[in-house]
Amino acid sequence: MPSHDVLIIGAGLAGQRAALAAAQAGSSVAIVSKVHPVRSHSVAAAGGINAAINVADDWKSHAYDTVKGSDFLGDQDAIEIMCSEAPKEVMHLEHIGVTFHRNDSGELDLRAFGGASMKRTAYVADITGQAILHVLYEQLMKHHEQVERYEEWFVTSLLQDDSGRCTGVIARDVRSGRMEVLKAKNTILASGGAGQVYSPTTNALIVTGDGIAQAYRIGAPLMDMEMVQYHPTTLVENGLLITEGARGEGATLLNSEGERFMEKYAPNKMELASRDVVSRAEQTEILEGRGVGAHGEGIYLDITKVPRKRTLEALREIVNIGKDFAGVDITREPIMIRPGQHYIMGGVKTDVNGATSVEGLYAAGEVACVSVHGGNRLGANSLLDTLIFGRRAGEHAAARAAAMAMPDTGDAQLREDVAMIDAIIARPRTGRRVSEIKQELGETMNQYVAVYRDQAGLEQAHEIVKRLKQESESAYIDDKGTVFNQDVLGAIELGYMLDCAEAIVVAAIERKESRGAQFRTDFPERNDNEWLKHIDISLDRNGGPPGPRVTYSDVTITQWQPEERKY
Amino acid sequence: MAETHRPPEQFTLRMRRYDPESGEAPYWDEHTIELEPHRSVLEGILQAKAKFDGSIGIRCSCRAAICGSCGVRINGEPGLACHTHLDHAKASSKDGVIEVEPMGNMPVIKDMIVDMDAVHWKKVQRVTPWLLNEGPQPEREHIVPRESMVDITQTMACIQCGACVSDCLAMEVDPGFIGPAALAKAYRFVGDPRDEEQRERLLDLSEDPQGIYDCTHCFKCVEACPKDVNPMGQIMRLRRIAGADQHINDQNNGHRHEETVVTLIKDYGLLHEAEMIPRSYGGNSWFGKFHPAAGKELLSSLPVAIRGIAKRKMSIKIALFGHKIPAQDLKAVQKIYEKVESKPERYELNLYVTGEDE
Repeated sequence: MPSHDVLIIGAGLAGQRAALAAAQAGSSVAIVSKVHPVRSHSVAAAGGINAAINVADDWKSHAYDTVKGSDFLGDQDAIEIMCSEAPKEVMHLEHIGVTFHRNDSGELDLRAFGGASMKRTAYVADITGQAILHVLYEQLMKHHEQVERYEEWFVTSLLQDDSGRCTGVIARDVRSGRMEVLKAKNTILASGGAGQVYSPTTNALIVTGDGIAQAYRIGAPLMDMEMVQYHPTTLVENGLLITEGARGEGATLLNSEGERFMEKYAPNKMELASRDVVSRAEQTEILEGRGVGAHGEGIYLDITKVPRKRTLEALREIVNIGKDFAGVDITREPIMIRPGQHYIMGGVKTDVNGATSVEGLYAAGEVACVSVHGGNRLGANSLLDTLIFGRRAGEHAAARAAAMAMPDTGDAQLREDVAMIDAIIARPRTGRRVSEIKQELGETMNQYVAVYRDQAGLEQAHEIVKRLKQESESAYIDDKGTVFNQDVLGAIELGYMLDCAEAIVVAAIERKESRGAQFRTDFPERNDNEWLKHIDISLDRNGGPPGPRVTYSDVTITQWQPEERKY
Repeated sequence: MAETHRPPEQFTLRMRRYDPESGEAPYWDEHTIELEPHRSVLEGILQAKAKFDGSIGIRCSCRAAICGSCGVRINGEPGLACHTHLDHAKASSKDGVIEVEPMGNMPVIKDMIVDMDAVHWKKVQRVTPWLLNEGPQPEREHIVPRESMVDITQTMACIQCGACVSDCLAMEVDPGFIGPAALAKAYRFVGDPRDEEQRERLLDLSEDPQGIYDCTHCFKCVEACPKDVNPMGQIMRLRRIAGADQHINDQNNGHRHEETVVTLIKDYGLLHEAEMIPRSYGGNSWFGKFHPAAGKELLSSLPVAIRGIAKRKMSIKIALFGHKIPAQDLKAVQKIYEKVESKPERYELNLYVTGEDE
């Protein structure tokens, strides 16, 4: 059976960066991804990556902006690491080939982004994630002898030995249907967020919370799961993302009265306040009847003020999105947007090296919660998070692996997973279709666990999620084959999504205050006395049916005391 | 303003299905779905999958034309399923039913899923697809011209969907051709001022008989590309840099052939077929035809020429002395040459920098 010092699950930015770092440290490395690496959802990150590289900037300013953006829920030791290491990481990316946009002096150009006190976002037009992802993949092709790639392999579960240590994974080669044990001294989860729990979402169809649920199922606690980011500018038509870079370049938000309403909500930063603030402002305008569109369901994003040449050069992707998906020429007319689910601040709880509380298991990127984003992530901090903590996890796992023996694993779990898949395929067509349950889940979450929340709605959502979990046990599929059976993988993903949804809802019910992305209309104020703490959700496996258990952990404060948050 | 909201309509999709485990031949499978007309073909397929048949195989992820997963052929034309509107697809269909098939030039694994590794990624790997820059790195970023980064961003915008590979005519005839996507990727390095092995890359791609001169200039890849990467344009730019700037006279006579075409049209206003072949092999002057390689090539092309004359596609006079066009037309052609050649820099079409301020 294949065995590796460091095994990485997921090949987006965090996973590829971890693989390269671990390989550089001398480990034998393998990277597993359920899609080809360049299809990973990091590819969709548009606007850029934050780093205090301007000589007039200071990483502490970046860190403070991040702390404030997080509504003081972010752990400041982790934020300090991320922001202080950011300039070096961006330079590293430049050195290996990322085609960052330059200013007239030939240095990296920087653009404005939400919640930032100065321009500090390096970018490649509005395809920054794609450019970095493809360049990292170039490096994986270059180092193909050091990094083995399992492309289009789907992980069905994490392996755990009797002592609780994670010893690798069970994975299915999507193309052949073959199941295999992939043994590892250390496993790094880098499999992204859980946006598909919501409908609509900006997230790709593959973003189904696999890693979050896999870790949760073997006992790793999740943290900050209630913190779900709604991005202020998603297309009304179908939920696709319009980059924050548009507002960074000068685009404005207008309501049905043609009013630049952000003046009321964030008089200083206006459209470039942090995302939770802008999304709430838009939602308020819509709820109070000042939305645009046939049913008043949207807000206008007006990009026409940005010089046309600049838009075509620096916002090319959204010019295409406007044209192809909404029939709008954004250089000449406003486009209709609204807040839409975009990012999960929470995830598998880790330390600053990516280590989870399960021995041998690491996590980095959106799947993880360090927590650098706390209650609300700043735009262009997610790419940074994936790269900094991907690298750190890769280095740390490699260093530890050097002093470890290869663990023993049996094939009990393999047999269990093979049987699980056979059972799904064999289910009679008496229950509901997997696709129906997924749709109901997405709509439920978007209705009750969105920008504005309250106890009654959250409890309603919890009841529905519990019912859907039950229904999913007998949900049937059509595909009986082994080659590229996407249907059966969809059924497994549904299980992952339901675990994530339950954790999100339980944490949202628990937090009886408003902070960052969690706004409770029944508890509209931030309450530092009681709630300046993380909510941890872990799977209670002691007696009775397993279910989520709530505990708390402290927020690490180093140099910035909580204060009132104004933009 | 945005397209006025239109109610859902019914669309019928006819999908090419293939189950490798059944032992059966590929077959057509029809499903009728209901969506707003500006929704994508992918959304239509996903509805069919969700409602009627979950076994329909198609790779997809982002739904926004950025991940490159859902390359297919729609009514015979390559493209992304997520990037094609249902109403447009219906309008371009032959009988009102939208036909969706797997891409061409790559083996089919199942339904619309093709083996990209066996063709596309192998070719990408062929062009040494990483920055060659082994020297000590600067403390901060490399200082490079702003325009150069914008320029190669056009090829960075390639999402590796394979639509151009699917439709490449040269690859259909010569499966070994490196092809449009991989060569566009090569330009991303050749055009990158940080890459230290520009000349080595160009030598490699020029001397390879299946390299840059294997492209037949058919524009199929330009039309196929959903991201305006313009792969053929990138191949032509590789040729310009290899031939005109680096003076690489490749063993395939690719560069000499190009120069010959340019010179002959300048001199005669039209191609002079009898001169073209010997010059392409022997060198671009009247004396080129006495080069042994040219003579050999000329001899071997005689049967074609004779057939052409026999079928009256060509006259002996034109074959020997070339076409003649009126003097003022020739003058007009030569004026174009003067205009282009008098420019201090080569005009490079780059879609990222063609926007104009208003």
